[in-house]
Amino acid sequence: MTGTPPTIEATGVVKVFGKTRALNGLSLTVAPGQVLALLGPNGAGKTTFVNLVATLTRPDAGTLRVHGRDVARHPAEVRSLIGLAGQSAAVEPKLTGRENVEMIARLFGRSHDEARSGAGRLLDRLALGDAADRKVETYSGGMRRRLDLGASLVGQPRLLLLDEPTTGLDPRSRLELWDVIRSLVADGTDVLLTTQYLDEADHLASHVAIIDHGRVVAAGTPRELKRRAGRSMVEVHVREAAELDRVATLLTAIGDGNPNVDEPTRTVRVGVRADTDRIFAALRPLDEAGIAIDEVAVRQPTLDEVFLALTGTAQENVA
Amino acid sequence: MSLAIAQPRGNGAGLLTSTTQIARRVLLRFIRSPQLVVVGTMQGAMFLLIFRYVFGGAISTGGIDYVDFVVPGFITTGVLFNAMYSSVGTAEDLQSGLVARLRSLPIPRSAVLLGRALADTAIQMWGLLFTIGLGFLVGFRLHGSVESALAAFGLVVLFGFVFEWLFILVGMIAGSVQAVQGFALVIFPLTFVSSAYVPVLSMPTWLQGFAENQPMTVMVNAVRTLTEGGHAEALLGHPAAYFVARSLIWSIGLIAVFAPLAVWKYRRG
Repeated sequence: MTGTPPTIEATGVVKVFGKTRALNGLSLTVAPGQVLALLGPNGAGKTTFVNLVATLTRPDAGTLRVHGRDVARHPAEVRSLIGLAGQSAAVEPKLTGRENVEMIARLFGRSHDEARSGAGRLLDRLALGDAADRKVETYSGGMRRRLDLGASLVGQPRLLLLDEPTTGLDPRSRLELWDVIRSLVADGTDVLLTTQYLDEADHLASHVAIIDHGRVVAAGTPRELKRRAGRSMVEVHVREAAELDRVATLLTAIGDGNPNVDEPTRTVRVGVRADTDRIFAALRPLDEAGIAIDEVAVRQPTLDEVFLALTGTAQENVA
Repeated sequence: MSLAIAQPRGNGAGLLTSTTQIARRVLLRFIRSPQLVVVGTMQGAMFLLIFRYVFGGAISTGGIDYVDFVVPGFITTGVLFNAMYSSVGTAEDLQSGLVARLRSLPIPRSAVLLGRALADTAIQMWGLLFTIGLGFLVGFRLHGSVESALAAFGLVVLFGFVFEWLFILVGMIAGSVQAVQGFALVIFPLTFVSSAYVPVLSMPTWLQGFAENQPMTVMVNAVRTLTEGGHAEALLGHPAAYFVARSLIWSIGLIAVFAPLAVWKYRRG
């Protein structure tokens, strides 16, 4: 053996459905130990790529290897390396949580006793121990997703595939699921996840690939991409409309471009390229000037804004 | 602490374990959905009572009582109506993502379909036994040997298993429960344009060609001649062996076509 093969190695992968080129020459590499987030809007090809890695469909062109195994030529070997949690919670609502996990464990070739004891430990770890013997149809959306994630872990996958793991979850369930995923990553599981949310990629992934129209348009660490995508947005909501102009003047110091004043909502918005420390420093003068502020929000650029920034940059480079 | 259930990775379960686990899940799902059990059973019972007491008096079967004529028809066509639930179940599994999960596991891919086909055949037997019981209650009587009646029962179970593959394929092609209902219309010509409820000779000539030669008629007549003996054989113009042989040929042919198609469709996704 000369070195460890990449966890995922995709070269010029094409997948066509009818007239749609869902993947149009996608190339990317995931090194062992990385957690890669595929970030993109609906229809970008994220799920198609996950389905190819999961051997549910085959590429029409290009090569795709998982731990060195070609997905088209050795799908059975790839299947024993991966765990898949899809967009919907693929668990049986008429079975209990325990029965669901035990069934998957038995399908992974575990004995009845192994499946039984293992399922108990797994459900406890996912904080589903109390609900283990209730039918899944009584679970909340967040519990179902956790159980689905659990089912994908039963075979101790070397690569976990999570397709939009938190879509449709309330904020608290989302945070809980993030915690579980992070503890898996800490245990050394490689993860490929898809998401529409930059903050999710930021929280979970060591690397991000932004895809659009079936190709990778930008890739790097979340930090690199945010630097390239630029601006976070600072929003200051003042109590008195009369203060708006003063606030706008003070915020010009940290702003990348001129602040935008929105009188009806008494809000000043400004894009910033700075890190969080500098933002706090810049807000201090507002406090010192004694301006009554109802709310300050710093938000990351939305996916739209990142897209605009990154694809815009690419076009400028070409020109 | 690791989350995994067992440390060393195996290569997944074999055909037998996989099939059993899949079948078990389908059975538990059915048993735990009481509305499915009740509605399915009631519907079959109501149709049987309507034909027995409402239409029966107006249908001339020449030689044998209408109840003896129609109950074998009901029992046999019942497998088609019940097999339709396999399309619904398959489409539901596709929609819920369960099929994707199962296809990503290192198990034999035919196990998922075989498990469903076997479990749904077992579920069909529930409806079958209920219809037989109700049939006896409303006046149906055996006029052949017990061995022949048992053979007829075995044949109906076999027919049920045969049609499972067609309806699993339909479920996979349809992809959604709503679409299944459209495909399910195929059941009506197969059941009503057959010898199940009325003698084929009472139909217009242009329909008789289809009715006489389609598999449902052959299967119904096999069950009818086995349970009703000489009267039915005289009425239908052939001995039981004639219909049984043809129904077995149809069964082999239907499985040979639809089982590989269903597995192919499942593999392809």
